Amino acid sequence: MNEKIKFARQFIQALPHAVSLGMKLEELEEGIAVISMPYDEKLIGDPETGVVHGGAVSALMDTCCGAAVMSHPSNPAGTATIDLRIEYLRAATPGQTITTRAHCYHVTRSVAFVRATAVDEDSDNPVASATGTFTVEDKG
Amino acid sequence: MSKRPRPEPVQVVKQRRDAVLNALVTGVPYIQFLGVEFERRGDELTTVMPFKDALIGNPLLPALHGGATAAFLEVTAIITLSWTSIWEDMESGVLDVSDPDNVVLPRLPKTIDFTVDYLRSGLPRDAYARAQIVRSGRRYASVRVEAWQDNRSRPYAAATGHFVMPKKPA
Repeated sequence: MNEKIKFARQFIQALPHAVSLGMKLEELEEGIAVISMPYDEKLIGDPETGVVHGGAVSALMDTCCGAAVMSHPSNPAGTATIDLRIEYLRAATPGQTITTRAHCYHVTRSVAFVRATAVDEDSDNPVASATGTFTVEDKG
Repeated sequence: MSKRPRPEPVQVVKQRRDAVLNALVTGVPYIQFLGVEFERRGDELTTVMPFKDALIGNPLLPALHGGATAAFLEVTAIITLSWTSIWEDMESGVLDVSDPDNVVLPRLPKTIDFTVDYLRSGLPRDAYARAQIVRSGRRYASVRVEAWQDNRSRPYAAATGHFVMPKKPA
């Protein structure tokens, strides 16, 4: 594992908000990140059905997209979200872990472009998809 | 000539509105987890997300996690939308508020999509947000939200979202 990925891995695993949501970094390679978030009652957004709040899925998507950017070979180090759009395709099944896979598919000198998908245990049937742009740190 | 009915005593009005808002918000565990609070002035809601360490994303700066900000904006949009859609029934008495601990509310709107613009880095301090309902129809609604920290005129994040409204009982 190269130094940059190692640093990104440590950095992502230490994000306080990600830790408090129970996120776990599953995979990190050049421009691709996989992060999971186990079901927890504190994440419920609809008390009647027990479905996880969209905001928690947003946080998972944002973390995963940021991780994909950090691990990309042409990005020097840190990053910040410029914009992130999430589409909620269906309600995640209560009780199931949500797993996100993000791909940083293009990087310019100043902007990184990312796409992500979130699934629960029914992995053929995504619960949400996201597209985002992120900052690329100045090499100057 | 019919006389205008005597206005309700102020405490009756406030109690009813606060009870409904409370019922709307306390039932959602994720709102409690984030620690989001609601301030009401008449029908206008301002949400507050008091700073705490668990909201930090980048500990080196430190800055609020983009996900915490996104969630804060989405909570503001959903609750404001739901609050606005039940206002009339609440005021006219259609909504039964006789037992403030057991107010039966309609289901919450469901998010179709949500787009967040991160305008400035979120500082490690309290954040505030207000939502504006751009359009709310029978089935769909479009909402804009803005969040700020120190200066109302310098938002640190803004969002647009679309929602499916709960079906009204026939």
